[in-house]
Amino acid sequence: MEALVTPEASAARGMHAVETGVVDTRQGVILYVEGLTVSFDGFRALDDLSLYLDDGELRCLIGPNGAGKTTLMDVITGKTRPDAGKVFFGNTIDLTVLSEAQIAIAGIGRKFQRPTVFVGHSVFENLELALRGDKRVRSTLFARLSGEEKDRIDATLATIGLAGERELRAGLLSHGQKQWLEIGMLLVQEPQLLLVDEPVAGMTHRESDRTAELLISLAGEHTVVVVEHDMEFVRKIARKVTVLHEGRILAEGPMDAIQNDPRVLEVYLGA
Amino acid sequence: MDPTLPVWARLHARREWVVFAGVAFVTLVLVPALAALPSEGSPIRLPGHLIPLFGKFACYAIVALAVDLIWGYAGILSLGHGVFFALGGYAMGMYLMRSIGAEGVYRSELPDFMVFLDWKELPITWWGFQHFAYAASMALVIPGGLALAFGWFAFRSRIRGVYFSIITQALTYALMLLFFRNDTGFGGNNGLTDFKRILGFPIHDPSTRIGLYVVSVAALLGAYLLCRYLVVSRLGRVLAAIRDAESRVMFCGYDPAAYKLFFWTVSAMLCGLAGALYTPQVGIINPSELQPANSVEMAIWVAVGGRGTLFGAALGAVAVNWAKSWLTVAFPDLWLYLLGALFIAVTLFFPEGFAGLARWKRS
Repeated sequence: MEALVTPEASAARGMHAVETGVVDTRQGVILYVEGLTVSFDGFRALDDLSLYLDDGELRCLIGPNGAGKTTLMDVITGKTRPDAGKVFFGNTIDLTVLSEAQIAIAGIGRKFQRPTVFVGHSVFENLELALRGDKRVRSTLFARLSGEEKDRIDATLATIGLAGERELRAGLLSHGQKQWLEIGMLLVQEPQLLLVDEPVAGMTHRESDRTAELLISLAGEHTVVVVEHDMEFVRKIARKVTVLHEGRILAEGPMDAIQNDPRVLEVYLGA
Repeated sequence: MDPTLPVWARLHARREWVVFAGVAFVTLVLVPALAALPSEGSPIRLPGHLIPLFGKFACYAIVALAVDLIWGYAGILSLGHGVFFALGGYAMGMYLMRSIGAEGVYRSELPDFMVFLDWKELPITWWGFQHFAYAASMALVIPGGLALAFGWFAFRSRIRGVYFSIITQALTYALMLLFFRNDTGFGGNNGLTDFKRILGFPIHDPSTRIGLYVVSVAALLGAYLLCRYLVVSRLGRVLAAIRDAESRVMFCGYDPAAYKLFFWTVSAMLCGLAGALYTPQVGIINPSELQPANSVEMAIWVAVGGRGTLFGAALGAVAVNWAKSWLTVAFPDLWLYLLGALFIAVTLFFPEGFAGLARWKRS
């Protein structure tokens, strides 16, 4: 892969060598995962996995429990280090040597499986803290919210349907509302790549429909990866689906083809 | 709270500022006036021995603010803040020793304990401490530097929770053993004492004591405003967010270790300040300040007052120490049992401390 320029030097430069909006996607690919292997005590969670994400696509990642979906997310976001393999964000950013915070600043946002928001802060403050900007100690010490940023937060509150809960403590939100708040936090962070782990878990039908609309509207400007168990939801949003099984890619393609793939039926539906 | 408001309005609502001004007036103006102005024997005159006692409470209250800053807002329980307090106290104590000059028991320019140990010259560690400004800055720099180094390793290694608390407890114990040794060069188990003057003023003079008290209270009020600013700033809200969901903070692009380190270091420096103000008012600094139990007591002040409230922590420090100064005289054997019972009762029945009780009563 001569397209992959190894930027060992840029990694050594530390935190702010990485800035938002400098991801090189001239090849049309935003994420390269090649030969990725991760083992935990001999168990191969990911086994020589390769995956490419096109800039602006909406990809669904499915697979039975233990297929390695969450581990893959963990590697991309810097939580887990791989035993072997490459993970590049655009052509130049080697994610395997960056910290979680650096990866977030580089432009990758993540929504967790269980909604994770700042329960002690108001909904508004949650979004304020997630806002794209300088995240260093010195600048947050003197940070003042500009009118423009305030408008941006209010616009996001409208998008995620929490305008009425603006001043409410996030800990008091319902499960579905927390999911939405977390998605809102991702939006104000303005990432180029969004990793969304089970976005509709615990949501009602209507909420789930709105989530589908939102994710579809985000694709194009952002690249979105959705991990989901809810097949109905996947059918609703999917353009291209990747099926993981035992740490490898079992199948990849449009939803219709995947649904009729006998190998997928066997492992996924146990048929 | 609206983050677009000006700074003073973000710190406190108008009503709270009135309370703050009232407290400042009573402690900074009324108390010193009552101690100095009415003639001797007048019923409204404040007894002279209370002034250094109040000054000591102010120092403890600063410590409580420092502990609350990291425990209440970052969820980091330190059981070793006595270290930073003692280091600040020692730095000031060294200045006070040096300013005794040749008036010590042995009529030597060297501090008495060095003569006693038959040392011929001042160790390097003592150089410069004859200058007040140097000693005062060391009272902040040394605790801050130690906290920075200790915190850097601890937070980078993602040590947290009870493991962190135990290491801080070990830190204070290790330093206590170190300071007990005569070879360490800080007076061994006797510590530093027999001070004569500070900045040229006789240290036991009532007016000097009032001066030290006023400086301590001013430092307390200033420290309170600083802490309040820190916790309402975006910085402080990031810190509280780390306490609630550290991984989310990281995936928002913040480096939690840097935030913890900043607050940890500020907290240690506040303790150093408190220690530096404490030594001249108490007249002695020795390794007993480094006892693990002392640091545990500091955490108890904050728990009793209510953590995560700042003012509650400061009040807790004053209340517990007031009770201590009375009970250790009335029931000297019972004090530790009473303190333990108080801690258990507060933890069980008022987990938010006195401040939480007040809030609960209001609503």
